[in-house]
Amino acid sequence: MKILVPIAKVPDTTSKIAFIDNNTKFNADGVTFIMNPTDEWYALVRAIELKEKQGGEVVVIHVGGADADQIIRKALAIGADKAVRVDADPTDAYFVAVQIAEHAKTENYDLIITGKETIDYNSFEITGMLAELLDMPAVALVSKLEVENGVATLKRDVEGGTETVEVKLPLVVGAEKDLALARIPNMKGIMSARTKPLAVVPATGADKLTNIVSYALPVKAKECKYVSPDNVGELVRLLHEEAKVI
Amino acid sequence: MAVLSFVEVADGKIKKASVEAAYYGSKVAESLGTDSIALVIGEAGADVLAALGQVGVKKVVQANNAKFNSFDSKVYTKIVAEAVAQSGATVVVLSFNNNGKLLAPRLSVKLKAGYVPGAVELPVFNGNTAIVKKNVFSGKASAQYQVATDVKVISVNPNSLAPVKGAGVAEVMQVIPTTVTDADFGVVVKSVDKITGTVPLTEAELVVSAGRGLKGPENWGMIEELAKEMGAATACSRPVSDVDWRPHHEHVGQTGLTIRPNLYIAVGISGAIQHLAGVNGSKVIVVINTDPEAPFFKAADYGIVGDAFQVVPALIQEYKKFKAAH
Repeated sequence: MKILVPIAKVPDTTSKIAFIDNNTKFNADGVTFIMNPTDEWYALVRAIELKEKQGGEVVVIHVGGADADQIIRKALAIGADKAVRVDADPTDAYFVAVQIAEHAKTENYDLIITGKETIDYNSFEITGMLAELLDMPAVALVSKLEVENGVATLKRDVEGGTETVEVKLPLVVGAEKDLALARIPNMKGIMSARTKPLAVVPATGADKLTNIVSYALPVKAKECKYVSPDNVGELVRLLHEEAKVI
Repeated sequence: MAVLSFVEVADGKIKKASVEAAYYGSKVAESLGTDSIALVIGEAGADVLAALGQVGVKKVVQANNAKFNSFDSKVYTKIVAEAVAQSGATVVVLSFNNNGKLLAPRLSVKLKAGYVPGAVELPVFNGNTAIVKKNVFSGKASAQYQVATDVKVISVNPNSLAPVKGAGVAEVMQVIPTTVTDADFGVVVKSVDKITGTVPLTEAELVVSAGRGLKGPENWGMIEELAKEMGAATACSRPVSDVDWRPHHEHVGQTGLTIRPNLYIAVGISGAIQHLAGVNGSKVIVVINTDPEAPFFKAADYGIVGDAFQVVPALIQEYKKFKAAH
């Protein structure tokens, strides 16, 4: 089974969020970048588990500059077999999805597993865009994935519960918590990652469909109004009369 | 020209998130001086559909077939794209809910339309260009997205704007023809596991949540009782779902669900940055914690520094009194 896992580079969750150039650009100064958590913990690890069980190959793909090679090497250390980096500035989700789809078209993957939304833009776009570009079925918010005889059985979140669905491969999957248990790369993995193939390929020409014109930080930090634990009735009154939420 | 909103039905009713999408669509139509059309996939009574007029929908078109009752993003994409072509819609509005998160980006590709995921405000138009605000960095900042494609796709963040209802009645049109064939279907639903008797977390307006401060799963009775009294959904923090005190589907935060209820009551949750990422879009946050230094108080509107085992039972009593009086 051949599995493709797109990975994104995002600021670490504890990063200070600030903007420069008249609020048109994220300030990356002093920010540590990591692999998008759901890409790493769930999508990548589940892909590796499936490969370990059934044989095959796990390929990771990233669209971005050479500064992402460290993240790509980490994916290889966790257990991916090889990597592709499309050497281009990831301008918008459509552009990125086209790059990944162009690679996928040449390789006949059985499965493409993405994480859920990235923690920087929170957009959840790549999963659906890839599926449409490749004319494949897609299932998102997946917390369980098994494959047998070319058919995937998946558990997906629906409002107020879950559904178990079956889909014939090839298929695009959007991973969710519980799909796999995160793995920490071991010394053997880290050593072998250095020699695993990382192909750097040029970008395919593609339009971008959106543009971010500016960013803003929340206007003010909230001012907490304290209520005494001996006067809980006051909280109910405030929620009704002042906040008007009950 | 028209604005087309995609509306989902569950158990014969319009989903709350879809009512918000239809309202958003109507407001966009109003600012463009055009018609608000809703496309409903799934079965609902004519009166339910006509009631979409209350949020400004002028016409309702349906794609109604028992096969469409379960969500298959490829099939739905085809149906919505056909409705866009038939209505000449230039803006397509969906909810940024579970299904919208897959359907909207597919439509963006199919229609070659710029897409803004999770809009929190109405767009501002300047000629053919729209500027739409969305939250980024898990709510720690916002960004203005510019879209200039002929067709635009916008998904609306749930609970971002409250629909104002009027007295309108929508005209319910016939079922639209579609070219969907059996070959388009790929997703076969084998079983459904609904959590019964509780409000779905992502649709809930009021949420009562608790964390490690409750000391053990046996202490959740009072949280459930408070939620039941208020008609609220229950939620929890990650450490609590990780040790199986509470089910995974209740976990809100960076790696769990993102929710934006009107009221979020956090009991015994310190407010780690990863937890805040999942809830800081809530309109009002109440924090109950014994530790006055808990970082959650910085994100709270109201706080009680006190013992949950004293405060929560008192809150249940006070809420009962309030309910009896109102």
